Amino acid sequence: MIRFTENQLKTPQFMRPVYLVTAGQSKFDRAIPERKTEELCVDALTMAAELVNLTPAELKGYIHSCYYGHFADHFGDQLLGEAVIHDRLGLDPLGNVGIKTGGATGGSTLWEAAKTVASGYSDCVLAMGWERMDEVPTDEGNFLISCAADKDWESPLGHIYTGYYAVMAQRYWQVFGKEEDSFRKTLAEISVKHHGYARMNPFAQSPMKITVEDVLNSPVVAYPLRALDCCLMSVGAACAIIADEKTAMEIARNSDIKPLRIWVTAGSHTLRPADRRPMDIPLLPNETPDLYEDLENRFPGAGRYPGFSAFLGARMCAYYGYRMAGVNDPCEDLDVIELHDAFTISDIQTYEDIGIRPYGQGRTYVESGDCYHTNPKTGQPGKLPSNLSGGLIGCMHAVGATGIMQTFEIANHIWGIWEKIHGDENRWKAFRREKPADWTNLQVNGAKRGLAISHAGVGSHVTCTILMDPDHLLKQDSSF
Amino acid sequence: MSLYGNAKVKNWRYKIKGNFHFSHSPSPIRNVNDNGHLLGITKPRHMIYLHSYGGEAPFFEGLSQGKLLGTRCDNPGCEYKGTIYQPYRIYCPDCLARCTELDMTETAKNRGYIHTFMTCERSGAFNTLDKPIKFINIEFEGVSTILMSYLSVGEPKIGTRVIPIFKKIDPSYTITDLSWVVEGTQADQLPDGFSF
Repeated sequence: MIRFTENQLKTPQFMRPVYLVTAGQSKFDRAIPERKTEELCVDALTMAAELVNLTPAELKGYIHSCYYGHFADHFGDQLLGEAVIHDRLGLDPLGNVGIKTGGATGGSTLWEAAKTVASGYSDCVLAMGWERMDEVPTDEGNFLISCAADKDWESPLGHIYTGYYAVMAQRYWQVFGKEEDSFRKTLAEISVKHHGYARMNPFAQSPMKITVEDVLNSPVVAYPLRALDCCLMSVGAACAIIADEKTAMEIARNSDIKPLRIWVTAGSHTLRPADRRPMDIPLLPNETPDLYEDLENRFPGAGRYPGFSAFLGARMCAYYGYRMAGVNDPCEDLDVIELHDAFTISDIQTYEDIGIRPYGQGRTYVESGDCYHTNPKTGQPGKLPSNLSGGLIGCMHAVGATGIMQTFEIANHIWGIWEKIHGDENRWKAFRREKPADWTNLQVNGAKRGLAISHAGVGSHVTCTILMDPDHLLKQDSSF
Repeated sequence: MSLYGNAKVKNWRYKIKGNFHFSHSPSPIRNVNDNGHLLGITKPRHMIYLHSYGGEAPFFEGLSQGKLLGTRCDNPGCEYKGTIYQPYRIYCPDCLARCTELDMTETAKNRGYIHTFMTCERSGAFNTLDKPIKFINIEFEGVSTILMSYLSVGEPKIGTRVIPIFKKIDPSYTITDLSWVVEGTQADQLPDGFSF
């Protein structure tokens, strides 16, 4: 049983308020052979400038330092790709650095950007992320992704990351899911939901109108996970502009955009699941120790935490983030979220790690209908809609961009511009995509607060980004 | 045909022999929907890396000799003294003292069972294992961690007792030299090159 010190568990603190001012993104797709990565990054930055009615040159004039999220150099065969993009965006002589934390790269890029503003080093920072996963065929792509596992102890075992992940899925499926068909159908429902929401998103790579049966009949990748349970392999870019209050208000002064307060926190756990040691469950603000006293009795095999069924990194970023931003109960305090649905089962695991449901009860978030834009059981708005972008399963997983895309999506809801961004006929045409006849506005009306989780591999790095309308904070800024 | 690259270490320096890279010409990628205009090129590359196992080398050598080595922290000043690690850790993750090497072969034969598993139908490029691959994670009584490996004989199930087997004939000196079979498997059922 390992323990953490008070110093390690201290609530993080920013030295001043930090704001998300604007953001943008490119089209996402499995392959974009007609465009270079720098073109996609220019698309993202240009969109961010347009949202605040500035030219790209005017917006660039505020930026003081840059963080670039790009995970897999070997996919694009370009070391220091960050320097290439920095040059092509014309941002010399600003300091810049590349961020690499696997699937959490986008979230980690925001983490660094937010801390840089919070510390006072910069008043305005660019967080830009991208990935280029179309320069090799899929099986070689799977090999390259497997290089993110331990190369001596794991990668030679099939060179397939899904396999390293799926052993955890199997454990969860057996211990908490009890191998029930109803649980498997709940997993499939997540895929149906995310591919379905992707139909309303012109940026999304995999819009599909499918059924639970379609998911259950798709090819097995690693049982019980099937092809439609898995996230996408993508190309694309996304960016965000992070600033202090004065600079944020100045940048947004000629637009309807209201800069949003942003907090970003991070957690970690072993790269090799093999190295996970037992510990007590770190409790979130809405949990008490008695909640888990009989966990082993209710779910035999669940007594070893985090074992192979929970993500300590996800739990810890929420542990830090909720206390930092004043979130007590995510279902009560937040209005919309984007989770890292690398696989349908990890989506459920994350509900528990971040306190939407207690450990063992994640499936009820889906089965209750709370996770939908419109609860299919009641016809009323879902209590806490998740992944209205389509998530990693329906929208994209252009790794370095993913966490930023999720954050932009949440901001769209709080800004009240979801329909304007996603319903624009010209955007659908520009992306050579057909807007569906039954296109539906997924704006979460009245959204004031949201959250995005960005997650690496088998949980080695996880970030929690919390956005709030500054007039609807949960905690006063007494410490500044 | 030139010699395929190989290496040895002499006087603490790599001595390489043969070709470590093989060149091929790029070819154009053209857009057939746009009059065959050039979009890009292929970039063939075949190269050989050198990789050191460093302090973990005894573990990989041990597999080829039919031994499963683990480590234990014996630092009297460490809060977690006595913790046993499999995978083999060179240093204790808590106090960073050098761990003591242990031969865990008998422990593995008598006290290993499946913590979780997965049957994987697909693999990435350069995979050397037969598909479907039965990934298993093995928990040992008295060991704080849970080793990832693969099952060669039998059907995986949580809680099933498993026995290690080793590729002592023509080993690859990688983690794939270690595999597992369900308890009761006979020697004549083992894959080529493997033995108990």
